[in-house]
Amino acid sequence: MTTMRNEEAVAAMQRKLKRRHIWNLFVRYFVLVLVGLFMVYPLIWMVGATFKTNSEIFTTLNPIPVNPTTQGYVDAMKSSGGNINIWKAMLNTYSYVIPEVIFTIISSVLTAYGFGRFKFKGHDIMFSLMMAMLFLPQVVLNIPQYLLYNKFGWVGSDLYLALIVPTMFATETYFIFMLVQFLHNVPHELEEAAEIDGCNVFQILIRIIVPMLMPAIVSCALFKFMWSSNDFLGPLLYVNTPAKYPATIFVKLSMDADSGFNWNRVLATSLISIMPNIIVFFLAQNQFIDGISAGGVKG
Amino acid sequence: MKKKTKWESFWKENIGFVFVIPWLIGFLVFKAYPFLSSLYYSFTDYNLFSGISKFTFDNYVNVFKNPAEIKSLTTTFKYAFMTVPLKLVFALFIAYILNFKIRGVNLFRTAYYIPSILGGSVAIAVLWKALFNDDGLIRMFFANFGIDAPHFLSDPSWALFMICLLRVWQFGSAMVIFLAALKGVPQDLYEAASIDGAGKWKQFFSITIPLISPVIFYNLVTQLVQAFQEFNGPYIITKGGPLGSTTLMSLLIYNNAFTAYQMGKASAQAWVLFIILMFFTILAFWSQNHWVYYADDDGR
Repeated sequence: MTTMRNEEAVAAMQRKLKRRHIWNLFVRYFVLVLVGLFMVYPLIWMVGATFKTNSEIFTTLNPIPVNPTTQGYVDAMKSSGGNINIWKAMLNTYSYVIPEVIFTIISSVLTAYGFGRFKFKGHDIMFSLMMAMLFLPQVVLNIPQYLLYNKFGWVGSDLYLALIVPTMFATETYFIFMLVQFLHNVPHELEEAAEIDGCNVFQILIRIIVPMLMPAIVSCALFKFMWSSNDFLGPLLYVNTPAKYPATIFVKLSMDADSGFNWNRVLATSLISIMPNIIVFFLAQNQFIDGISAGGVKG
Repeated sequence: MKKKTKWESFWKENIGFVFVIPWLIGFLVFKAYPFLSSLYYSFTDYNLFSGISKFTFDNYVNVFKNPAEIKSLTTTFKYAFMTVPLKLVFALFIAYILNFKIRGVNLFRTAYYIPSILGGSVAIAVLWKALFNDDGLIRMFFANFGIDAPHFLSDPSWALFMICLLRVWQFGSAMVIFLAALKGVPQDLYEAASIDGAGKWKQFFSITIPLISPVIFYNLVTQLVQAFQEFNGPYIITKGGPLGSTTLMSLLIYNNAFTAYQMGKASAQAWVLFIILMFFTILAFWSQNHWVYYADDDGR
């Protein structure tokens, strides 16, 4: 009799727990979907809006166009007066973004290798200075850097010298820090073996360190690519010939010129300008997530 | 074995230095020199075209005397202290839910992360303007129901809030960092706690929060530093207006330096912002002894 009652009680308890479990599950998914909607909806609406007519764009929350048109894209590709259009602007963007990424990676790996694997006179003080740079905000450097680059003749340079040259000198402290952290977790055995085999430090760097650092290098490259191609203030300060404007500046200017009457064109231009970033993100999603988690957890 | 010469052993001991030479040059030329020269400029009346004619403390005095500058400073504080807590609370809340066994966790994570990765771009600022402009989507939507929604971007009491919202919307990267940290909290701690009768809330505050406090700390510092330097949002969306209600310090500095060419004045403003940032960074580092829990002392 008592065992019966116990079993009933247990069963009732289990039912109650199960109900609660289902309820919790429901609440969680509800919150996730709701917040997710707020996150993604603006982007989806934007994609839809680029295919709408200007009279339709702001009339409905529905992202699907009633009368789909590619007029926005046709207009976006037209030159907006002057000798620049969205394609040229994007070509301009990548003509400094790609060198920036390459130079940043090379200079950061060299620096991380030097700090992470060697002791030399002044190592510790230089390492501390390097780390201190993590906390030096860019806002205090903008003006004096501008004045310096102006003296060098880099402001308005057709080769984007003010944007590219500093990346040759390991100025992205965060990446050096990330690479040094990664190096700390890489065992020395392979390098020792290579040294016994007669490899010098440069050969060790190329043949052993770089391959082992590859995951970290890839995520540094991806982040640098995103940051550089989104950079607005840099080109705003250092590029001043319209034919050399990168996509960021071009999009801003076409918004200023067109908004109020030609939003489908403005939004189409914007969307084209971030297409490469969207593609890179979806191709390398996991590297982005791993990169940011690793940096954060170790930092 | 061959005997090593003095030169050879010196070379061997200091070869590592060769690898950091590029960094050292970059540090001296692109960081240290500009940093110190801007301190120097901040005590002058440096104008880009007429140069320096005198040394003065006025630049610093004005930051705390001139109404426009005081307003910009308080706006920056408002902006940072609205954006950072909201962003972190959202990030932690969503990461906490995602950390349960959720189907399609990767899909959700991607959806939340996209705004962060694209959000810095001008295109997203343009989108924000399309959404919240006076004749933009949101106001039109309310108008359909006969509701006259606030003028989000042209009403001084709303504009700053919309700029904040743009950054809060980008809580994804902080969330990804929180999620990685939450995955690192050992499950047996929760099991032990629930045997002891601790509820979910209690577990959250007495296990989760302390164990991920280093990551909260990291996110707090990085987000504060970012928020105090925010530029793109107000520059592109509101141009600092209406009535200066979104003129953050970085925007004021930009305007003074690159439209009025008053390099001395702008440098002083940048230094004030820098000192404020250092103050909060140091405060955060100092305070971590009281609330940040590190599992092992040599872990950091």
